[in-house]
Amino acid sequence: MIRVVNVNKQLGGKNVLDNVSINFEAGKTNIVIGRSGSGKTVLLKAIVGLHGIDSGEIWYDRVRFDRLDFRQKKGIRKEMGMLFQGSALFDSISVEENVMFKLNMFTNMSTAEKRKRVDFCLDHVNIKDAHRMLPSELSGGMRKRVAIARAIALNPRYLFCDEPNSGLDPLTAILIDQLIKDITTEFKMTTIVNTHDMNSVMEIGEKVVFISGGRKYWEGANNEILKSDCKPLNDFIFAGEMAKLLKDQSSSTSS
Amino acid sequence: MKVISTIGDYFIFLGHVFRKPEKHYMYYRQTMKEIISLGVNSIGIVMVISVFMGAVITLQTAYNTDNPIYPRYLIGLGCRDSIILEFSSTVIALILAGKVGSHIASEIGTMRVSEQIDALEIMGVNTASYLIMPKIVATVIFNPLLTLMSIIVGILGGWLAGVTTGVVSSQDFIYGIQFAFIPYYITYSLIKTVVFAFIISSVSAYQGFNTGDGALEVGKASTRAVVYSCVMILLFNLILTQLLLS
Repeated sequence: MIRVVNVNKQLGGKNVLDNVSINFEAGKTNIVIGRSGSGKTVLLKAIVGLHGIDSGEIWYDRVRFDRLDFRQKKGIRKEMGMLFQGSALFDSISVEENVMFKLNMFTNMSTAEKRKRVDFCLDHVNIKDAHRMLPSELSGGMRKRVAIARAIALNPRYLFCDEPNSGLDPLTAILIDQLIKDITTEFKMTTIVNTHDMNSVMEIGEKVVFISGGRKYWEGANNEILKSDCKPLNDFIFAGEMAKLLKDQSSSTSS
Repeated sequence: MKVISTIGDYFIFLGHVFRKPEKHYMYYRQTMKEIISLGVNSIGIVMVISVFMGAVITLQTAYNTDNPIYPRYLIGLGCRDSIILEFSSTVIALILAGKVGSHIASEIGTMRVSEQIDALEIMGVNTASYLIMPKIVATVIFNPLLTLMSIIVGILGGWLAGVTTGVVSSQDFIYGIQFAFIPYYITYSLIKTVVFAFIISSVSAYQGFNTGDGALEVGKASTRAVVYSCVMILLFNLILTQLLLS
């Protein structure tokens, strides 16, 4: 389990995280939703230690992560996988080398074992015959899938995804969502996904947290979200015309 | 105040760069790649510049010593000493600050902007060390070879220009480049090259590593890398000359 307790963070004199406390449940797909600029990415980067925090606590099970130094963090970081918004694949090396990177750096596996593991990871994300290709030769969806393969190469316990669907068409977005969900279940990972895509929330969100202006306003299961009376959450969910229409239809049917 | 804080930050950064590598093999492989990318790929430009530099020095020395009281072999001697003492170390370093420095800053800056450095950090890799130490090692090892090549090619260029234009005979030029030769000048030139190589790679890497968000920032970091490296090279050229030749 990952726990965020009373976390505060200021950037440029502005509160980007304001007393945020969340319990991210182990073995589940936890989703953080909110508008662009609401503090989702800062929160995720604070959780993984890329951003420091001004006050508060970040716990990985029984370890207080924010107090650890670089070397101590290394142990937990080896158990993390992260999917970045722009994939962040190393563009000077091939797909195979990207996935193999962590294995080369942190294991003493033989080349044959590493190749086998790379094939396993790439098979899992449905990438075939792209081992020798460079990231620049891949489509956006393929890059995301390779980034997922790289993230799971060392069997991580924690998976973090920052806007995994940004820039993807709806069908590819659903495939990526499903992949994240399947991997979370199969490898029993604790997954945190940042998104503003409501399809993702309804498809894969087992626990959903809504933040706005750096504050947490709501948390619950995805099937409770449409019934919520939290105004900022409703303003966010029903911002689009189609969502408003669906809400009107749903309320007229129930009445 | 900002200058002092930046200098302090630069030394803290160097502290991170020279930490114990996670896996020596990965660093060795990376260093070999950097030797090709930053060193071998610079041979062409260094050779072209050196040959023309040697040629121009020879012609200028010849036209400025066009007096019967000066022996003609002085042209060869002047060409040799100018190239060894200043041109092949300092001028080539300034050229490499432009080529290699901007390459390092833009490569690392782009990795920063596209979150590749964050991705490495999440994996538990010491990013400063993994990305930058191989570049520093590669330039410190390979730049002295470039300087030696530059000296040889520069003198050859001088000989070629002198002989083809007829300002000096081949015999006089060769006598000149052997006359009163001080081997320590080569050592002096190589010491300067090593220091300059360290400045180019570390200052440029520091600028790239601390790039802000966006493509524009990568360009600015690249420009800063070249300007600061050049200024530092000129400053250390003065200091080292005083220390090593006084």
